[in-house]
Amino acid sequence: MNAPKASFTPRRLIAAMLAAGTLTGAGQALADDPIKVGILHSLSGTMAISETVLKDTVEMLIEQQNEQGGLLGRELEAVVVDPASNWPLFAERARELLAQEEVDVVFGNWTSVSRKAVLPVFEELNGLLFYPVQYEGEESSENVFYTGAAPNQQSIPAVNYLHDQVGVERWVLAGTDYVFPRTTNRILEAYLKDEFGVADEDIMINYTPFGHSDWQNIVSDIRRFGSEGKKTAVVSTINGDANVPFYTELANQGVDAADIPVVAFSVGEQELTGIDTAPLVGHLAAWNYFMSVDTDENYDFIDAWIDYTGDEEAVTNDPMEAHYIGFNMWAEAVRKAGTTDVDAVKDAIIGVTVPNLTGGYAAMMPNHHITKPVLIGEIQDNGQFDIVWQTPSTVAGDAWSDYLPGSRDLIADWRAPMRCGNFNVSTGSCGGSTAAEEAEAALAE
Amino acid sequence: MRNFPWPWPTLAEAGRCRAQWWARRWLQALLAGLLALLMLILPPAIAHAQDAERDTAALELLEALDVDSFPAKGEAIDAIVASEDDRARYWLQSLLDGRLQRADDGRFVVVLDNTGRDWPVEDALNGEALGEMSRRELDRIGINNALRNQLRSAIAVVDLYAADLELRRASAERLLGEVDSELAEPIAAVIDEEADSRVRQRLTLALAIHRLEQGEVEAVETLQGSLHSRVRVALNRAASSDDPLLAAAAQEAVNSIEQNLRINRGLETLYFGLSLGSVLVLAAIGLAITFGVMGVINMAHGELIMLGAYTTWAMQQLLPGQPGLALILAIPAGFMVAALAGIAIERGVIQFLKGRPLETLLATFGISLILQQLVRTAISPQNRTVVTPEWMSGSLVVNDALSLTLNRMYVLGFTLVVFAALMLIMRRTRLGLEVRAVTQNRAMARSMGIRATRVDIMTFALGSGVAGLAGVALSQLTNVGPNLGQNYIIDSFMVVVFGGVGNLWGTLVAGLSLGVINQILEPWAGAVLAKIIVLVFIILFIQKRPRGLFPQKGRAAEG
Repeated sequence: MNAPKASFTPRRLIAAMLAAGTLTGAGQALADDPIKVGILHSLSGTMAISETVLKDTVEMLIEQQNEQGGLLGRELEAVVVDPASNWPLFAERARELLAQEEVDVVFGNWTSVSRKAVLPVFEELNGLLFYPVQYEGEESSENVFYTGAAPNQQSIPAVNYLHDQVGVERWVLAGTDYVFPRTTNRILEAYLKDEFGVADEDIMINYTPFGHSDWQNIVSDIRRFGSEGKKTAVVSTINGDANVPFYTELANQGVDAADIPVVAFSVGEQELTGIDTAPLVGHLAAWNYFMSVDTDENYDFIDAWIDYTGDEEAVTNDPMEAHYIGFNMWAEAVRKAGTTDVDAVKDAIIGVTVPNLTGGYAAMMPNHHITKPVLIGEIQDNGQFDIVWQTPSTVAGDAWSDYLPGSRDLIADWRAPMRCGNFNVSTGSCGGSTAAEEAEAALAE
Repeated sequence: MRNFPWPWPTLAEAGRCRAQWWARRWLQALLAGLLALLMLILPPAIAHAQDAERDTAALELLEALDVDSFPAKGEAIDAIVASEDDRARYWLQSLLDGRLQRADDGRFVVVLDNTGRDWPVEDALNGEALGEMSRRELDRIGINNALRNQLRSAIAVVDLYAADLELRRASAERLLGEVDSELAEPIAAVIDEEADSRVRQRLTLALAIHRLEQGEVEAVETLQGSLHSRVRVALNRAASSDDPLLAAAAQEAVNSIEQNLRINRGLETLYFGLSLGSVLVLAAIGLAITFGVMGVINMAHGELIMLGAYTTWAMQQLLPGQPGLALILAIPAGFMVAALAGIAIERGVIQFLKGRPLETLLATFGISLILQQLVRTAISPQNRTVVTPEWMSGSLVVNDALSLTLNRMYVLGFTLVVFAALMLIMRRTRLGLEVRAVTQNRAMARSMGIRATRVDIMTFALGSGVAGLAGVALSQLTNVGPNLGQNYIIDSFMVVVFGGVGNLWGTLVAGLSLGVINQILEPWAGAVLAKIIVLVFIILFIQKRPRGLFPQKGRAAEG
């Protein structure tokens, strides 16, 4: 597979793509030729813990769609590949899906670094990617649809809740040492200082390596930081596995949610299945969906999921809802466009509105982000979240943060006249790569 | 009997005939029965009427909870506390636990078990079991942290009068910093009557915090010297108050407390370090045998640890409801599983690669990947829940500022026991003697009649089994998942190399000291940098002393 890739000249590429085009064109004439849906989630390696359920979710949605007669009278067919939690392999598998399997759409990725790895492939081969995980923002690609939350749909409202409703004055920003926590914490630090006038000594920032398991000292520090008179909260962007020992240590050292609440952006129902949650009751999480949402759509989804997995204890979570929304949006756009042609679907999908699982609607915005309600939930003893606060209406995802220099003036709009992912409103020009680089340089500082 | 109008004319007529007597007897019996029945029914019926009245009041109380606004719920909770209904504590506790819910038909129910799809429920008013209801039919009465606080305090006040000492102690603990003007007086009364000194001391502190909040300077004196974090919060708050006298007194108290805290913090860091070190030693000690003594680079060592952890999980699945017993049984089971896996690896792969370290490294690395994926496919890519038994959770409170987490203390003790057992085996048993003989001079040992191959198998099984024991212990500290082993393999090699290859004492000292160094560095360098500094330190150390802390001496070192 490596040899032909190395010898790919632009002309050969065009020829290959033309050939691919005629093939799919020919295929469409046959009504029973299936629509191919690519699934690019790690089924092995470190990320398998989070990503396998997303693969199952998409397969379930495809099965449901086929039971309803497919799309445009054609069956849907899942094409599953395993990028094995290996970032370069993500790019190879994406190429395999687009160039060899010629899938019509791809649902996939979890980590930001894997998304960054496949981005050039999707742009080069003009594919469609639905990305279902909350992320750090500062990106808008023509070929990617971000159905997870941007920072303004998760972290900012959560901090507002803590400040306004709980009366928090001191902040611990704790995260795993990689791009999502670092960017989120930069945005939050700027936001806390600008909006609430929080002093430097009232913000404690702490980063830990991936899979950190010894939290004794950090939890002890947090306890000390929180006993100096002002109401303290921990904003946690700690990722994946590291959360279990972190929460266990919190419980063992007796850090009570009533004294020092921890609000997490990466802890959902899935992560809590590995922990005894009784000592954690009252700690918070901010998401756009919780399994405990009390709507009929949600109960139908949960029942379908339990039946599909055959596991009575199976849980649903936020990225699964994001795939549910993304899948339905894509299906709606295909119906609207009358074809699965990538460019037609890209145009048709903007403005498409589908029901979400929380009793409202999600709309695809011109910047390829969607509208979502923001929910704050408190952990219960059964590993579920009880919703204690939510935004009165849905919030539109903002690709470029308003609180970072370098990205403040940027907007994204992929509709006809503009078609730009990083339009600079102060210079009035599409920034091309320079503005994005500036923003990234500002982040890297 | 004639006083009663009887609606059965046929029977009244029959009274004239021969059967009259019998009928009368029959009627008398019936009537007596009916009367008795009436006597039985009547009082409960009256009680029922009273109950109904009480239930209407109760329903009103509970209905006030079923609102969206949290402040309104807070008022409803106050109303329940004030109601003096004997079910008040039960309702408040259910509400606190998130078990008080409302069914679609408007009844209030308490969920008995909220796992799975359908939940068994009972009526909140009379405790009658109502069978199972699905999530769809139930609406939870949600609470937030503020209400949870209010509920806990309300329950604590009730429990202050309980007969159970533990309950009283817990509620006194709970009330620190939660006393308001309304509570001050009843608590002062409780202090006078309380027999237990700890409850009295706690309540006195709680009262003093309240008085401090009211601006009483004298309260500082009572609080002086207390290391409790809530006392410190209160004093810190007072130190920034407008009253200069109060602020100065509070500041002074805070300063003296800080002094005292520093010592406790030192002890705490030492404990953290030893506990991290014990984890390192436990993970590395098996490797110290296979790599250190036998010289086999086994990259699948981490996965042997993982197998031990999964054995613990499997034992808990086999013995549901008895996590403690399962954990104890998992110790021999984890050893056996990992030892058998070790034998399979040794027989299947390593014996063919003797003397070729690079190939051994690659082959065992391959095995580690196979084992990981095997677990992912056969069990699940998700982490498994290993329950911590009750006696291992929480912490041992030395004083208010120093509490030692129990799970880590058990692991520390377990490490020392395992280490002592290994030392005994290596020094005092025939196997240990043979192992040392074979590793020092294989040819000579064989010529003395020692079966070197068998010793190889036994040694590798021993090292692997100890890795399994490490897995059993680690299942209490970290995630049990397919990646468990990967997180420890690098650290394990680091400890063994640093301690001196082939020396068990070296592994112990190296592991514990690396743990302590890491924990001392962490507060000011951060977790990421602390790890890097430790790594750089080891590299420099190995440059200076390539054979580690405790190099092997004599001819064995050359072998």
